[in-house]
Amino acid sequence: MRNWIARRLSRRGLLSGGAVAAGGAVLATLANEHRATAQGPHSHQATGPAPEANAHAAHGNMVVVGEVDHAQNGFHPAAMLTDWDGGKVSQLPDGRTLRSYEIVGVDKEIEIIPGVNFPAWTYNGRVPGPTIRATEGDRIRIVFRNEGSHPHSMHFHGIHAARMDGIPGAGLVLPGGEFVYEFDALPFGCHLYHCHALPLKRHIHKGMYGAFIVDPDPRRHPEHEAVARSRLLGTPENKEWQEMVMVMNGFDTDLDGENESYAINTVAHYFAKSPIRLARARPIRIYLVNVLEFDQINSFHLHANFFDYYDHGTTLTPTLKTIDTVMQCQAQRGILEFTFRDHEPGMYMFHAHQSEFAELGWMGMFEVVEATS
Amino acid sequence: MNEIVRPQTDIVQTAPSAPPARRYRQLAWFTLPFLALLVAAAWLVGGDWLKAFDAGAPPVEKLTFERTVLDGDGIHAKVRAGGSAPITIAQVQVDEAYWQFWQHPAGPLDSLSTAWLHIPYPWVLGEKHTIKVLSKTGVAFEKEIEVAVPSPKPQPGQLLPQALLGTFVGIVPVVIGMLFYPALRSLGRSGLNFVLALTVGLLAFLLIDTMKEALEFAGKSASSFQGTTMVLLVAATAFLLLLVVGRRDGTPTGLALATFIALGIGLHNFGEGLAIGAAFAAGVAGLGVFLVLGFTLHNVSEGIGIVAPLVDERPSLPVFAGLALLAGAPAIVGIWLGSLSYSPQWSALALAIGAGAILQVIVEVTSYLARQSGYQDTRWLSPSTISGFVVGIGVMYVTAMLVKV
Repeated sequence: MRNWIARRLSRRGLLSGGAVAAGGAVLATLANEHRATAQGPHSHQATGPAPEANAHAAHGNMVVVGEVDHAQNGFHPAAMLTDWDGGKVSQLPDGRTLRSYEIVGVDKEIEIIPGVNFPAWTYNGRVPGPTIRATEGDRIRIVFRNEGSHPHSMHFHGIHAARMDGIPGAGLVLPGGEFVYEFDALPFGCHLYHCHALPLKRHIHKGMYGAFIVDPDPRRHPEHEAVARSRLLGTPENKEWQEMVMVMNGFDTDLDGENESYAINTVAHYFAKSPIRLARARPIRIYLVNVLEFDQINSFHLHANFFDYYDHGTTLTPTLKTIDTVMQCQAQRGILEFTFRDHEPGMYMFHAHQSEFAELGWMGMFEVVEATS
Repeated sequence: MNEIVRPQTDIVQTAPSAPPARRYRQLAWFTLPFLALLVAAAWLVGGDWLKAFDAGAPPVEKLTFERTVLDGDGIHAKVRAGGSAPITIAQVQVDEAYWQFWQHPAGPLDSLSTAWLHIPYPWVLGEKHTIKVLSKTGVAFEKEIEVAVPSPKPQPGQLLPQALLGTFVGIVPVVIGMLFYPALRSLGRSGLNFVLALTVGLLAFLLIDTMKEALEFAGKSASSFQGTTMVLLVAATAFLLLLVVGRRDGTPTGLALATFIALGIGLHNFGEGLAIGAAFAAGVAGLGVFLVLGFTLHNVSEGIGIVAPLVDERPSLPVFAGLALLAGAPAIVGIWLGSLSYSPQWSALALAIGAGAILQVIVEVTSYLARQSGYQDTRWLSPSTISGFVVGIGVMYVTAMLVKV
């Protein structure tokens, strides 16, 4: 038995696999191969294509083992980067746009780390909930039905009446109940919504949150019309941008008040294993939202590049220029803009610069290529 | 023991004379309770009324770390499962970082089954590491490696120095203690009683020490083994068995008594060796000259205890050598096994047997002492015996301070 171990392990010389880039790719391939034989439940992880092997080189052995069953979860961290939900669109008598949503609160067991299930409370069965995207001044109408086992609500970070605040006494929905939240999408920016039932800590960390993005209306910002147009979903200027939303979250699986895993869009180390492909020439805009519970702050650090940052996204000129790390407390959010135009193609890492968060899942890779197909 | 055996022989003797029909009826009556058990089990399994107790709570999961081995390939941990449902190990963290691992054998772990986790982690010499295993349900099990050092391997290069160490801790002090033999022979009766009482005192110390160690190991073992219960029952059983075996030909005296003392002390020294070996494997003890000297000093009185019942005999030199080996050599084996950090329940088991053996010797030496005093027509609870007992405990306690790190 002991000899067996020695042979199996020393043949690969795994200890050296810390972060040796050259050997890493080979190592990862071997690791995948072995995993397929030794780890029964995780065996659907096949040896990836070359880019994936390269991605593995960066983290060596410091990574979760196996793959999450996204189909079983019913949502996919990569798809959630860009699945903007504009709702059902109609015109109000005064000519304004009305966006109607139906959102259901449900209890659902989701796989948040490969092989580890978490009894989540969700909006529409997904964590984070749907990314609600509207234009400044649109009317938002959300029919929220609570099919969960506890009272829930939708509390939007935006401008609205007290009645619509989604707190106990103003839009808190008991199990089996329903409430209609109605307000104007204001101010423009990168926002979020979350459940405001008590105890707040548990309702947030169980998964009840999502991004709420309000694009600026260019007509209202003549002094920065071009910038506003580039932010407005659907314009030709906007199409040039590679946009994505990243919700930084974490999960306390053993309920001891400390997170066992950290991620963007829920699944630990997902983007470390499956890099986000970016076209070198086109600009990138990230809507970054921090909902992390238990830890005081979270952060985003970009390797080998710098970005402009718009805190809360409520301005059309950057609030911080040319930085490579930004810090956010819970519910803080902002927009990151950058480009790899002057870089060579390759793997560019991004992660929380709390090393612990990175090593527990909040780490990913951008794969910069000449052109995305 | 004899009384338990006898009724069975009666059955064997009467059975052949009984008519076959009666024998079958007898057999049938014996199967009746088992049939009832089967019916009850079938009812439980077949019926679903137990579901009334199912409140939807997740299954209880338990995972015990039995061994951790650190080497050039990383960290290897042997885990034992427990609880109400099989455990699926989903992820492993080392020092709050997810790490690749290989489980052997793979798959969910049934209660009481074990598996090795091989983690290619670049551990740092002399530093602390924490392994955290996450199950499918998100429950975390932690194991702290207090000071990371390469785990000893059963190689000649390591076995030899360990044997030398065991000799110094176990055999040398016993031999030194035995050198008191000629001096003991010159003692008068009350002087000898003092020495015998001193032996009882030192054995009392060893009993407490061994029991404490056994319970400590028991606490580290998987809960299914019911460590504390196991230690107490094994100690009691060992005590009774040795008592019965020892008294087969009357209460042991002279060489027989000395042999039992040597055996009890040997089992204790085995435990001491386990602790020393484990301390090295865990990197928690640096070995200083004074520590070894302390152990030597601590164990000298053991030699005196062994030869005390022999003053009325004149055993040959090989007999003395045999007794010294019986009492001291187990320390060597203990260090070997301890450094390989075998599963804690085995150490607990060995130490529990040792505790039982020591208790048996205490009883026998005390009764020997009482009888000796009886022959002399003196009260056996004399000032010399009481002071001997106190000095025995005192010497052990004080010298033990030298070896507690």
